[in-house]
Amino acid sequence: MTNWIENYLWVIPAMPLLVSLMILGLARKRRAPAAILAIIGQVAALVLAVAALITTLHAPGFRAFHNFTWLTFGDQALRLGWLLDPLTASMLVMITFVGLWIFVFSTGYMAEDRNFSRFFAYLSFFSAAMLGVVISNSLLLLFISWELVGLASYLLIGFWIERPSAAAAAKKAFVTTRIGDLAFFLGILWLYGSSGSLLLYDNGNGCLDKTTLVTLGSAVTSIALLIFCGAIGKSGQFPLHVWLPDAMEGPTPVSALIHAATMVAAGVFLVARMYPLFSYHAVSGVTPALTAVVWIGVITALMAALIAIAQFDIKRILAYSTVSQLGLMMVSLGVGGVVAGMIHLLAHGFFKALLFLGAGSLIHACHHEQDIRKMRGLRRAMPITFLTYSVGMLSLSGVPLLFSGAWTKEAILDATAHWPESSLPHYLMLFGVVLTAFYMTRQVIYVFFGKRAGAAEHAHENRANMTVPLIVLAVCTIGLSAILTPAWPWLNDYLAGKTPHWDSSELFQPLLLVSLALVAGGIGAGVLIYRGATDVDPLQRSQPTLFAFLANRMWLDEFYGWTVIGLARAASRISDWMDRHVWDGLVRLVGGLGQLMGLVSRQMDERGINAGVDEGVVGARGFAGLMSRRHSGQVQSYLGAIAVGMVALLIVYVWLA
Amino acid sequence: MSLTLQLILTVSSILFAIGLLAALSRRHAIFILIGIEIMLAAANLNFVAFWRFSPEPRDPTGIMFAIFAIAIAAAEAAVGLALVIAIYRHYRTTDVDRLNQLKG
Repeated sequence: MTNWIENYLWVIPAMPLLVSLMILGLARKRRAPAAILAIIGQVAALVLAVAALITTLHAPGFRAFHNFTWLTFGDQALRLGWLLDPLTASMLVMITFVGLWIFVFSTGYMAEDRNFSRFFAYLSFFSAAMLGVVISNSLLLLFISWELVGLASYLLIGFWIERPSAAAAAKKAFVTTRIGDLAFFLGILWLYGSSGSLLLYDNGNGCLDKTTLVTLGSAVTSIALLIFCGAIGKSGQFPLHVWLPDAMEGPTPVSALIHAATMVAAGVFLVARMYPLFSYHAVSGVTPALTAVVWIGVITALMAALIAIAQFDIKRILAYSTVSQLGLMMVSLGVGGVVAGMIHLLAHGFFKALLFLGAGSLIHACHHEQDIRKMRGLRRAMPITFLTYSVGMLSLSGVPLLFSGAWTKEAILDATAHWPESSLPHYLMLFGVVLTAFYMTRQVIYVFFGKRAGAAEHAHENRANMTVPLIVLAVCTIGLSAILTPAWPWLNDYLAGKTPHWDSSELFQPLLLVSLALVAGGIGAGVLIYRGATDVDPLQRSQPTLFAFLANRMWLDEFYGWTVIGLARAASRISDWMDRHVWDGLVRLVGGLGQLMGLVSRQMDERGINAGVDEGVVGARGFAGLMSRRHSGQVQSYLGAIAVGMVALLIVYVWLA
Repeated sequence: MSLTLQLILTVSSILFAIGLLAALSRRHAIFILIGIEIMLAAANLNFVAFWRFSPEPRDPTGIMFAIFAIAIAAAEAAVGLALVIAIYRHYRTTDVDRLNQLKG
């Protein structure tokens, strides 16, 4: 059993991929088969993922890998492989489980859409690519899957092809992540060049094995930073975060799957996976690469949380919330809390997907209205959505004891408190906790409390295929806390490769009280300010300039428009001018030369050669005429000529004798 | 004056010249034929002369040659006459000055 799953780990991504192709090929017109196929594929992947998880439980610090040669050229070979360890297994289970419930939700949400089957094909394709990212043992295979994930994201964000805004958002997402991916690829190339291997673990010869890391020398920091650029793009860190909020143009299940639970997690996953590279030669846990990770994470987390306070689109609030949480995860990884970051990633996957699906449920019920000021007082009309959404919100805000988000956030704050470089991230992240609780409270009050009006008037709870996933995810969010508490940190120890043990005295930490106070403060502030709020946001009324600054996303998109995009446009205009006038002119010049030569050649031919030949012919004719006129036709003159000739010959003969 | 080779050759060349003159200067076609016959006779005379004054005059070679030449001259005269008659029948004239269709 052990060896079986290790050798066949590739089947896990292969199945959704196969399903995707099958749907595209066979089930384009038929909706039920497409959905059923997709769900079966996901279930199969889930079963195998659970089997993989069970395999990793055999021993603490389990790691099994299987490498094979893909291409050989000369005496070098490109090798790929897959890897099974706690990190992989936990990600596999999270992705397949959350994905499965999102698939089920989509059957309800996309029921009226014409392109139902195409949606499921793309979802399966995305699932396959994401699973490929987490199992790969080779940076090359990881990069291939990474790019496929980007492609799937593009296809899904721009799913409603008739909408120009969706197409623009898909393009923006792809191009922005591409910038990060370029740096990532450069890092991969550099790593390959210095170390000669792209495999991560290879019995001592892989990139992350100690012996190879030594050979890299001082290039480790640069390579790590380049690889981090890929994570910046994919996980929406500052400065490449601009695509994530626009990506909300896609259908809500897409936002739930890709931009909350999985794809954006890929960046965090990458840093966690490459952590030995990042932390090489660490001086008490601090390296330049990791410091960069921390500060970018801090900036991202704070900036996004501030912007989220001033947004009115329900999905945008959640999008900025995701960006902020990802920043928090990066901070955690940077300060050395790899395990803390990963468990927050896993828990975040569950409750963020829950929140997005809840938002989807609300949007669907309000006939695709997305402004929170227009969806009010829904808590009695949609009780299941209200309850599950509240569970997600409380988990995200970090309300302790029952909700997994709290425990994971605790772990992160604990890690930041012990960073030797600076304690600024710790305090800033504490501030971030307050902000998170504040904006989530604001959102919940707007949507669920107050008087019903407008689009919310006729809203009612959705059918089972949309509420059941919400319930399941809510239960998981609460249930995960069982294995996350400091009393029995099963998940933490599992990921760290340690044996978990039960110790009830660990349950109450001093930090717990601090964060409890902050969360209560945040929620309380939110309730105070927004209780009885109307269409005009109270904060907007009291601080209009600050609010406008945040509502306009700190004018960053516009800034990029003036600078980077403006530069690109100017360059393209210059290129166009060059092309049209310079290169085109040259080509036309050459063409003109050709024509000129043709002209000259023709004149030479007509005036020179033809004339010459004509003259020659005239001359020959003249001479011939001359000669022919000598013939008189008189026989006697011919005879006379013969006689004269004979006489001449005679004279010559006589003289010669 | 004794009979020498040079004398007979002189006579034959004068005869030839007369024949040539006749052939070149007469307008009537028959007269040209007469001129050609005279030239032939002169050539024959040459043959006989060289035979008479050769080392072995008893060989009938020269005489044979002359007799053949006479016979051929006769045949050729017949052909010539036939030609003239044919021309006359077509062009109704024997004036060679008027037979210039080969003029270029």
